Amino acid sequence: MRLLFISLLGLITTIGVSQSYTTYDSFDDFEHILHQDNDTTYVINFWATWCGPCVKELPYFEELHQKTKDQKLKVILVSLDFKKQIEKKFVPFLKENKIASQVVLLLDSKEQEWIDKVDERWSGAIPITIVYRGKRRAFLEEDFASYTELEHFVNTIHKN
Amino acid sequence: MKNIFYSLGLVSMFCLMAATFPVHGGYHVGDTAEDFKLMNVSGDYVSLSDYKDVNGYVVVFTCNHCPYAVMYEDRLIELHAKTAELGFPIVAIQPNDPEVKPADSFSEMQIRHKEKGFPFVYLLDEGQKVYPKFGATKTPHVFILDKQRKVRYIGAIDDNARDASAVTQNYVLDAIDAIQNGKDPDPATTKAIGCSIKVKK
Repeated sequence: MRLLFISLLGLITTIGVSQSYTTYDSFDDFEHILHQDNDTTYVINFWATWCGPCVKELPYFEELHQKTKDQKLKVILVSLDFKKQIEKKFVPFLKENKIASQVVLLLDSKEQEWIDKVDERWSGAIPITIVYRGKRRAFLEEDFASYTELEHFVNTIHKN
Repeated sequence: MKNIFYSLGLVSMFCLMAATFPVHGGYHVGDTAEDFKLMNVSGDYVSLSDYKDVNGYVVVFTCNHCPYAVMYEDRLIELHAKTAELGFPIVAIQPNDPEVKPADSFSEMQIRHKEKGFPFVYLLDEGQKVYPKFGATKTPHVFILDKQRKVRYIGAIDDNARDASAVTQNYVLDAIDAIQNGKDPDPATTKAIGCSIKVKK
Protein backbone atom coordinates (compact mmCIF):
# COMPACT_ATOMS: atom_id res chain seq x y z
CA MET A 1 0.00 0.00 0.00
CA ARG A 2 2.78 2.33 0.98
CA LEU A 3 4.61 1.49 -2.22
CA LEU A 4 1.52 2.23 -4.27
CA PHE A 5 1.16 5.56 -2.52
CA ILE A 6 4.78 6.46 -3.23
CA SER A 7 4.44 5.50 -6.89
CA LEU A 8 1.25 7.54 -7.19
CA LEU A 9 2.97 10.48 -5.55
CA GLY A 10 5.84 10.09 -8.00
CA LEU A 11 3.42 10.05 -10.92
CA ILE A 12 1.66 13.19 -9.74
CA THR A 13 4.98 14.95 -9.24
CA THR A 14 6.10 13.95 -12.72
CA ILE A 15 2.92 15.26 -14.30
CA GLY A 16 3.14 18.47 -12.30
CA VAL A 17 6.66 19.16 -13.47
CA SER A 18 6.96 20.53 -16.96
CA GLN A 19 10.72 20.56 -16.68
CA SER A 20 12.20 17.34 -17.95
CA TYR A 21 15.72 16.02 -17.83
CA THR A 22 17.69 13.09 -19.17
CA THR A 23 19.70 10.89 -16.84
CA TYR A 24 23.01 9.28 -17.78
CA ASP A 25 24.47 6.67 -15.44
CA SER A 26 27.55 6.27 -17.57
CA PHE A 27 29.80 8.94 -19.08
CA ASP A 28 30.26 6.85 -22.22
CA ASP A 29 26.56 7.21 -23.01
CA PHE A 30 26.69 10.94 -22.32
CA GLU A 31 29.89 11.77 -24.20
CA HIS A 32 28.27 12.37 -27.63
CA ILE A 33 26.66 15.52 -26.24
CA LEU A 34 30.12 17.09 -26.18
CA HIS A 35 30.88 16.22 -29.80
CA GLN A 36 27.89 16.92 -32.04
CA ASP A 37 29.35 17.78 -35.41
CA ASN A 38 26.93 20.19 -37.08
CA ASP A 39 26.46 23.96 -37.50
CA THR A 40 24.79 24.52 -34.12
CA THR A 41 26.69 26.21 -31.30
CA TYR A 42 26.44 24.19 -28.11
CA VAL A 43 26.77 25.90 -24.75
CA ILE A 44 27.40 23.26 -22.10
CA ASN A 45 27.46 24.20 -18.45
CA PHE A 46 28.45 21.74 -15.71
CA TRP A 47 26.69 22.64 -12.46
CA ALA A 48 24.88 21.26 -9.41
CA THR A 49 22.20 22.54 -7.06
CA TRP A 50 24.74 22.20 -4.22
CA CYS A 51 27.18 24.55 -5.95
CA GLY A 52 26.64 28.20 -4.94
CA PRO A 53 28.37 29.97 -7.84
CA CYS A 54 26.69 27.57 -10.29
CA VAL A 55 23.21 28.39 -9.04
CA LYS A 56 24.04 32.08 -9.11
CA GLU A 57 25.01 32.07 -12.79
CA LEU A 58 22.22 29.77 -13.97
CA PRO A 59 19.83 32.66 -14.78
CA TYR A 60 22.35 33.93 -17.35
CA PHE A 61 22.18 30.59 -19.16
CA GLU A 62 18.40 30.70 -19.02
CA GLU A 63 18.47 34.21 -20.46
CA LEU A 64 20.79 33.02 -23.23
CA HIS A 65 18.41 30.16 -23.98
CA GLN A 66 15.44 32.55 -24.21
CA LYS A 67 17.26 35.16 -26.31
CA THR A 68 18.72 32.75 -28.85
CA LYS A 69 15.68 30.59 -29.55
CA ASP A 70 15.67 31.66 -33.22
CA GLN A 71 19.37 30.93 -33.60
CA LYS A 72 21.38 27.77 -34.11
CA LEU A 73 22.41 27.70 -30.48
CA LYS A 74 21.61 25.17 -27.80
CA VAL A 75 22.11 25.50 -24.07
CA ILE A 76 22.62 22.22 -22.20
CA LEU A 77 22.87 22.26 -18.41
CA VAL A 78 24.74 19.18 -17.18
CA SER A 79 23.98 18.61 -13.51
CA LEU A 80 26.32 16.68 -11.23
CA ASP A 81 23.71 16.40 -8.49
CA PHE A 82 23.79 13.31 -6.30
CA LYS A 83 21.58 10.33 -6.97
CA LYS A 84 20.00 10.38 -3.53
CA GLN A 85 19.05 14.04 -3.86
CA ILE A 86 17.24 13.83 -7.20
CA GLU A 87 13.72 13.89 -5.81
CA LYS A 88 14.48 15.92 -2.71
CA LYS A 89 16.57 18.68 -4.21
CA PHE A 90 17.22 18.46 -7.93
CA VAL A 91 13.68 18.07 -9.29
CA PRO A 92 12.19 20.74 -6.97
CA PHE A 93 14.99 23.11 -8.01
CA LEU A 94 14.16 22.71 -11.71
CA LYS A 95 10.51 23.27 -10.95
CA GLU A 96 10.88 26.26 -8.65
CA ASN A 97 13.24 28.00 -11.02
CA LYS A 98 11.19 27.03 -14.10
CA ILE A 99 14.36 25.91 -15.88
CA ALA A 100 13.59 25.91 -19.61
CA SER A 101 17.01 24.97 -21.03
CA GLN A 102 17.75 21.32 -21.74
CA VAL A 103 18.89 19.60 -18.54
CA VAL A 104 21.01 16.50 -18.30
CA LEU A 105 21.87 14.63 -15.11
CA LEU A 106 25.25 12.87 -15.15
CA LEU A 107 25.49 10.31 -12.36
CA ASP A 108 28.73 8.52 -13.27
CA SER A 109 30.77 8.60 -10.05
CA LYS A 110 34.04 7.43 -11.64
CA GLU A 111 35.09 11.04 -12.08
CA GLN A 112 38.79 10.32 -12.46
CA GLU A 113 37.97 8.38 -15.63
CA TRP A 114 35.92 11.08 -17.33
CA ILE A 115 37.06 14.56 -16.23
CA ASP A 116 39.89 14.62 -18.78
CA LYS A 117 37.50 13.40 -21.48
CA VAL A 118 35.37 16.51 -20.92
CA ASP A 119 38.46 18.72 -21.17
CA GLU A 120 42.06 18.09 -20.15
CA ARG A 121 42.26 21.62 -18.78
CA TRP A 122 39.51 20.95 -16.25
CA SER A 123 40.75 20.55 -12.66
CA GLY A 124 37.40 19.15 -11.52
CA ALA A 125 36.01 22.29 -9.86
CA ILE A 126 32.56 23.44 -10.95
CA PRO A 127 31.14 25.42 -12.59
CA ILE A 128 32.71 25.07 -16.03
CA THR A 129 31.36 26.13 -19.39
CA ILE A 130 32.20 24.71 -22.79
CA VAL A 131 31.11 26.39 -26.00
CA TYR A 132 31.66 24.54 -29.25
CA ARG A 133 30.60 24.45 -32.86
CA GLY A 134 32.04 21.67 -34.97
CA LYS A 135 35.72 21.45 -34.10
CA ARG A 136 35.98 24.94 -32.59
CA ARG A 137 35.81 24.92 -28.84
CA ALA A 138 36.22 27.23 -25.84
CA PHE A 139 36.54 26.15 -22.22
CA LEU A 140 36.23 28.17 -19.02
CA GLU A 141 36.67 26.95 -15.45
CA GLU A 142 35.09 29.93 -13.76
CA ASP A 143 31.67 31.41 -13.12
CA PHE A 144 30.23 34.37 -15.00
CA ALA A 145 29.58 37.59 -13.10
CA SER A 146 26.93 38.79 -15.56
CA TYR A 147 24.89 37.86 -18.62
CA THR A 148 27.15 40.10 -20.73
CA GLU A 149 30.21 38.12 -19.65
CA LEU A 150 28.56 34.87 -20.66
CA GLU A 151 27.35 36.33 -23.96
CA HIS A 152 30.84 37.58 -24.75
CA PHE A 153 32.33 34.16 -24.07
CA VAL A 154 29.69 32.38 -26.15
CA ASN A 155 30.17 34.78 -29.06
CA THR A 156 33.88 33.96 -29.34
CA ILE A 157 32.60 30.77 -30.96
CA HIS A 158 29.04 31.59 -31.96
CA LYS A 159 29.79 34.81 -33.88
CA ASN A 160 33.09 33.67 -35.34
CA MET B 1 41.60 44.31 -47.09
CA LYS B 2 41.94 40.59 -47.01
CA ASN B 3 45.09 41.03 -44.96
CA ILE B 4 43.27 43.12 -42.40
CA PHE B 5 40.70 40.41 -41.98
CA TYR B 6 43.48 37.89 -41.71
CA SER B 7 45.22 39.89 -38.97
CA LEU B 8 41.95 40.49 -37.20
CA GLY B 9 41.35 36.79 -37.37
CA LEU B 10 44.74 36.09 -35.87
CA VAL B 11 44.21 38.66 -33.13
CA SER B 12 40.81 37.30 -32.22
CA MET B 13 42.18 33.78 -32.29
CA PHE B 14 44.94 34.83 -29.96
CA CYS B 15 42.43 36.49 -27.61
CA LEU B 16 40.30 33.38 -27.77
CA MET B 17 43.25 31.20 -26.88
CA ALA B 18 44.24 33.47 -24.03
CA ALA B 19 40.66 33.42 -22.79
CA THR B 20 40.25 29.69 -23.10
CA PHE B 21 43.48 28.45 -21.58
CA PRO B 22 43.23 29.25 -17.90
CA VAL B 23 46.62 28.64 -16.41
CA HIS B 24 46.59 26.76 -13.16
CA GLY B 25 49.69 27.97 -11.41
CA GLY B 26 51.12 26.25 -8.41
CA TYR B 27 53.14 23.18 -7.72
CA HIS B 28 53.59 20.23 -10.01
CA VAL B 29 54.73 16.80 -8.93
CA GLY B 30 58.47 17.08 -8.29
CA ASP B 31 58.42 20.69 -7.05
CA THR B 32 59.42 21.51 -3.50
CA ALA B 33 56.67 23.15 -1.49
CA GLU B 34 57.38 26.22 0.60
CA ASP B 35 56.58 25.92 4.28
CA PHE B 36 53.76 28.08 5.64
CA LYS B 37 52.52 29.37 8.97
CA LEU B 38 48.76 29.26 9.42
CA MET B 39 46.43 29.44 12.38
CA ASN B 40 44.92 26.21 13.61
CA VAL B 41 41.40 26.04 15.08
CA SER B 42 43.15 25.82 18.49
CA GLY B 43 44.44 29.36 17.99
CA ASP B 44 48.07 28.24 17.58
CA TYR B 45 50.08 28.83 14.46
CA VAL B 46 51.23 25.68 12.65
CA SER B 47 54.07 25.17 10.17
CA LEU B 48 55.14 21.96 8.48
CA SER B 49 58.52 22.31 10.18
CA ASP B 50 56.73 21.98 13.56
CA TYR B 51 56.17 18.30 12.82
CA LYS B 52 59.01 16.20 14.15
CA ASP B 53 59.82 12.65 13.07
CA VAL B 54 57.46 12.53 10.13
CA ASN B 55 58.03 10.97 6.71
CA GLY B 56 55.87 13.52 4.92
CA TYR B 57 52.56 15.34 4.93
CA VAL B 58 49.11 14.88 3.45
CA VAL B 59 48.06 18.48 2.82
CA VAL B 60 44.31 18.57 2.14
CA PHE B 61 42.54 21.73 1.05
CA THR B 62 39.05 21.28 2.40
CA CYS B 63 36.24 23.30 3.92
CA ASN B 64 32.98 23.19 5.85
CA HIS B 65 30.40 24.08 3.23
CA CYS B 66 31.27 21.99 0.16
CA PRO B 67 29.24 18.77 -0.12
CA TYR B 68 32.21 17.01 -1.68
CA ALA B 69 34.38 18.03 1.28
CA VAL B 70 31.66 16.95 3.70
CA MET B 71 31.41 13.54 2.01
CA TYR B 72 35.07 13.02 2.85
CA GLU B 73 35.01 14.16 6.49
CA ASP B 74 34.60 10.68 7.99
CA ARG B 75 36.95 9.20 5.44
CA LEU B 76 39.63 11.78 6.34
CA ILE B 77 39.36 10.82 10.01
CA GLU B 78 39.88 7.16 9.11
CA LEU B 79 42.60 8.05 6.64
CA HIS B 80 44.54 10.10 9.18
CA ALA B 81 44.56 7.15 11.57
CA LYS B 82 46.34 5.14 8.88
CA THR B 83 48.58 7.81 7.33
CA ALA B 84 49.75 9.31 10.64
CA GLU B 85 50.78 5.82 11.68
CA LEU B 86 52.95 5.75 8.55
CA GLY B 87 54.41 9.14 9.42
CA PHE B 88 52.24 11.15 7.03
CA PRO B 89 49.86 13.26 9.12
CA ILE B 90 46.94 15.04 7.46
CA VAL B 91 47.26 18.82 7.44
CA ALA B 92 43.87 20.28 6.54
CA ILE B 93 43.73 23.82 5.19
CA GLN B 94 40.53 25.81 4.61
CA PRO B 95 41.22 28.05 1.59
CA ASN B 96 37.90 29.89 1.08
CA ASP B 97 37.36 33.55 1.88
CA PRO B 98 34.99 33.51 4.89
CA GLU B 99 33.47 36.77 3.69
CA VAL B 100 32.29 35.02 0.55
CA LYS B 101 31.36 31.82 2.42
CA PRO B 102 30.43 32.58 6.05
CA ALA B 103 30.00 28.82 6.61
CA ASP B 104 33.78 28.60 6.27
CA SER B 105 34.64 31.23 8.88
CA PHE B 106 37.24 30.51 11.53
CA SER B 107 34.61 30.09 14.26
CA GLU B 108 32.59 27.72 12.03
CA MET B 109 35.80 25.77 11.40
CA GLN B 110 36.31 25.49 15.16
CA ILE B 111 32.77 24.19 15.58
CA ARG B 112 33.12 21.61 12.80
CA HIS B 113 36.52 20.47 14.09
CA LYS B 114 35.03 19.91 17.54
CA GLU B 115 31.79 18.28 16.33
CA LYS B 116 33.58 15.82 14.06
CA GLY B 117 36.50 15.33 16.43
CA PHE B 118 39.05 15.76 13.65
CA PRO B 119 42.30 14.15 14.85
CA PHE B 120 44.30 16.49 12.57
CA VAL B 121 44.91 20.23 12.44
CA TYR B 122 42.43 22.40 10.57
CA LEU B 123 44.14 25.60 9.42
CA LEU B 124 42.70 28.78 7.96
CA ASP B 125 44.46 30.11 4.87
CA GLU B 126 44.10 33.66 6.14
CA GLY B 127 44.54 36.16 3.33
CA GLN B 128 44.37 33.24 0.84
CA LYS B 129 48.12 33.22 0.22
CA VAL B 130 48.91 29.53 0.58
CA TYR B 131 46.41 27.82 -1.73
CA PRO B 132 47.58 29.69 -4.88
CA LYS B 133 51.16 28.61 -4.16
CA PHE B 134 50.02 25.00 -4.15
CA GLY B 135 47.76 25.58 -7.11
CA ALA B 136 44.75 24.17 -5.33
CA THR B 137 41.60 24.86 -7.36
CA LYS B 138 38.93 23.13 -5.34
CA THR B 139 37.90 21.40 -2.15
CA PRO B 140 38.87 18.72 -1.47
CA HIS B 141 42.28 18.83 -3.18
CA VAL B 142 45.17 16.73 -1.87
CA PHE B 143 48.93 17.32 -2.09
CA ILE B 144 51.21 14.65 -0.63
CA LEU B 145 54.67 15.94 0.27
CA ASP B 146 57.61 13.83 1.32
CA LYS B 147 59.96 14.61 4.21
CA GLN B 148 61.86 17.14 2.06
CA ARG B 149 58.51 18.80 1.21
CA LYS B 150 58.81 17.57 -2.36
CA VAL B 151 55.38 17.22 -3.98
CA ARG B 152 54.84 13.56 -4.81
CA TYR B 153 51.10 13.31 -5.48
CA ILE B 154 48.32 15.78 -6.41
CA GLY B 155 44.63 15.02 -6.71
CA ALA B 156 41.79 13.10 -5.17
CA ILE B 157 41.60 11.09 -1.95
CA ASP B 158 40.13 8.00 -3.61
CA ASP B 159 38.25 7.08 -6.77
CA ASN B 160 34.69 7.47 -5.56
CA ALA B 161 33.70 10.65 -3.75
CA ARG B 162 29.98 10.02 -3.97
CA ASP B 163 30.02 6.48 -2.58
CA ALA B 164 32.64 5.43 -0.03
CA SER B 165 31.51 1.82 -0.23
CA ALA B 166 32.25 1.70 -3.97
CA VAL B 167 35.85 2.90 -3.68
CA THR B 168 38.24 0.63 -5.58
CA GLN B 169 41.40 2.73 -5.39
CA ASN B 170 42.72 4.59 -2.36
CA TYR B 171 44.97 7.05 -4.16
CA VAL B 172 46.42 8.64 -1.02
CA LEU B 173 47.23 5.35 0.71
CA ASP B 174 48.68 3.91 -2.51
CA ALA B 175 50.84 7.00 -3.02
CA ILE B 176 52.21 6.83 0.54
CA ASP B 177 52.88 3.14 0.09
CA ALA B 178 54.88 3.91 -3.07
CA ILE B 179 56.87 6.70 -1.37
CA GLN B 180 57.64 4.43 1.59
CA ASN B 181 58.96 1.83 -0.85
CA GLY B 182 61.19 4.31 -2.63
CA LYS B 183 58.96 4.49 -5.68
CA ASP B 184 57.04 7.27 -7.42
CA PRO B 185 53.28 7.16 -6.85
CA ASP B 186 51.35 5.84 -9.84
CA PRO B 187 49.08 7.62 -10.58
CA ALA B 188 50.93 10.74 -9.38
CA THR B 189 48.00 12.96 -10.33
CA THR B 190 44.26 12.29 -10.35
CA LYS B 191 41.12 14.35 -10.76
CA ALA B 192 37.78 14.54 -9.01
CA ILE B 193 34.85 16.93 -8.94
CA GLY B 194 34.96 19.56 -6.22
CA CYS B 195 33.83 23.02 -5.19
CA SER B 196 35.76 25.92 -6.63
CA ILE B 197 37.76 27.90 -4.05
CA LYS B 198 35.79 30.98 -3.09
CA VAL B 199 37.51 34.30 -3.70
CA LYS B 200 36.17 37.82 -3.54
CA LYS B 201 35.72 39.26 -7.02
